[in-house]
Amino acid sequence: MTDTLDAEVRAFLDKTVSENPVVLFMKGVPDKPGCGFSATVVQILDHLGVDFGAVNVLQSDALRQGIKAYSDWPTIPQLYVKGEFIGGCDIVREMYQSGELKTLLADHGVLAA
Amino acid sequence: MPMASDEIETRLKRAFPDATIVVDDLAGDGDHYKVRISAAAFAGLTRVRQHKLVYEALGGAMGGELHALALETLTPP
Repeated sequence: MTDTLDAEVRAFLDKTVSENPVVLFMKGVPDKPGCGFSATVVQILDHLGVDFGAVNVLQSDALRQGIKAYSDWPTIPQLYVKGEFIGGCDIVREMYQSGELKTLLADHGVLAA
Repeated sequence: MPMASDEIETRLKRAFPDATIVVDDLAGDGDHYKVRISAAAFAGLTRVRQHKLVYEALGGAMGGELHALALETLTPP
């Protein structure tokens, strides 16, 4: 299995991360995550009260492999804030527990005061 | 095919000879691991860079052969 990224998928991803201040690439949808790691990140974002966009990578294999190549990151979920790749489940959880995530979101003005 | 915990530790030791590495087989099924690794090589890097180094050391197994590996990276005090 090789991670491939065609021009169409890259364009979609560029657009998605630039148009959504906070976007989560996940398995399933926020109301019904398809994997425990995706569910964890959704819970954290909900708990912080962040509005976030979500992209279900299970809708297409091109997208599922494409986001891995795009971020150079082997797993799903993947969180982007203001176009920057923040991390997967472990990193998001660590940053949440340390308070860094809240600070980062507040610094980017995407957290309700 | 899952990866044995010895194999994970061997690959990490090869890439980070000075590291302190703890591999936990969380479910006892050889498929759900937690790795805690402390290595000088992580100093000054973002968590994303640190995790990428570990994924590279695992030789591309992450996301394929290795489905569930919770990763915690630290720098030695």
